[in-house]
Amino acid sequence: MPDFITEWLNQNDIFTALTIMEYWNGLVTTVHLVFLSLIIGLIVAVPLAILRTVKNPFVSGPIWLYTYLFRGTPLLIQLYIIYYGVAQIPGIQETFWWEIFKEPLYPALLAFTLNTAAYTTEIIRGSILSTPNGEIEAAKAYGMNWFLRMRRIILPSAARRAVQAYSNEVIFMLHASAIASVVTIVDLTGAARNIYSRFYAPFDAFIFVALLYLALTFILVFAFRKLENHLLRHQRPASS
Amino acid sequence: MKKLIFAASCALAMIAGGAQAQEQNLRVAFDVPYEPFEYKDENGELTGFEVELATAMCEELNAKCEFVIQAWDGMIPGLLARKFDLIMSSMSITPERAERVLFSEPYYITPGGWFGPESFNTDVTDMDAMKGKNVGVQRGTTMDTYVTENMAGVVSIKRYTTAEDMVLDLEGQRLDAVFVDYPVGEQTILNRDGYKEVGESVKLGEGVGVAMRKRDAKLAEEVNAALKKLKENGTYDAIMAKYFNYDIKI
Repeated sequence: MPDFITEWLNQNDIFTALTIMEYWNGLVTTVHLVFLSLIIGLIVAVPLAILRTVKNPFVSGPIWLYTYLFRGTPLLIQLYIIYYGVAQIPGIQETFWWEIFKEPLYPALLAFTLNTAAYTTEIIRGSILSTPNGEIEAAKAYGMNWFLRMRRIILPSAARRAVQAYSNEVIFMLHASAIASVVTIVDLTGAARNIYSRFYAPFDAFIFVALLYLALTFILVFAFRKLENHLLRHQRPASS
Repeated sequence: MKKLIFAASCALAMIAGGAQAQEQNLRVAFDVPYEPFEYKDENGELTGFEVELATAMCEELNAKCEFVIQAWDGMIPGLLARKFDLIMSSMSITPERAERVLFSEPYYITPGGWFGPESFNTDVTDMDAMKGKNVGVQRGTTMDTYVTENMAGVVSIKRYTTAEDMVLDLEGQRLDAVFVDYPVGEQTILNRDGYKEVGESVKLGEGVGVAMRKRDAKLAEEVNAALKKLKENGTYDAIMAKYFNYDIKI
């Protein structure tokens, strides 16, 4: 560490090397948790979104119910049910499931993944349905079957339309992850709460953590702008 | 002659002053209900550990005491505004409060207690045996500070906002043991089947003291002397035994 930072840390009651490490560990946990749940959520959401557009109600119905339940209830409640509820099932402690549910990380990961997958499913479904009819008819005229149409025409075009809405979902997920601290996970918010209660200094502890969230959000916004520029470059005026 | 009169009047004033001190009127404030420290019994009579201790203390001080009920928010302002003279309402001694009021020596302290399931048979002071155990505490309490300072890196410390969440995780076997304010543990854990105290309780913090106005230094001396006497002559122990089955004496 540069000298001036070490010096500043030494003069300061709250931001010692120890608490900075606690924030750093919290940052790693938050990024880890959010990144994993978003990736798994996206992988799950694409097939669900396609099946959700199928006409057969026995296929699309259950997926509708799933997205309705997970978008219709607060994430905090879902986390409470998965974390505390599962532990109350009689005999669960003797099964191999307990290895997974014992640690707070996996229940939180499960709740976050199910939640973000529900929102992402609806985002992708919306953009699949808004594919211009002309594109689909042209693909049919070329003799493409359903699978080929989906892969070559509908999904790439839907992805372009979904990316803006999805970038919001990613940022919401980052901020929603703050509730992980209620199930004893020491994420960024958990670190801030520990430091606040140790020094009774709410402004220092929480403003610092707010700045860290802002920095993370800035990185996400920047990355998505690059991605949008890349995916939507055909929409830019030719002269620019 | 003048000198003699002056000396006589001085002596008289001292006798009068002494007599006045022996019949002083004191008002003691409590915030009820806070069982078992101060609460009203079925007949509406004020009772509890601190109420009985205050009664004994007043006898020792040879003072006529009046008990006042005051909500917690207005405790220190009420004392400073002379609505009453003493607070004996489980007020923990903290540096922040000590800037505004004068505390007596502490007269009780609730310990932190170790609680766990019947199957837990590890010595909580044996750091090798405790390695890797999951220990629950309430965030920001003196118990949290104690575990953080003495056992960080040995046990895995889980911090909870409420005691209810912590007890749920103890029931769900996510925690091996919890370290919590003894009265809280007694009410929420010990009264369930299959749970017990798993270690020696530890007294933490500075304890609870009688709060007085800063200018009443003389009263504070008398209060300290009276409390000391009660602790020594067995009166304190007798009152404590009526309300607690564990030690809160300091």
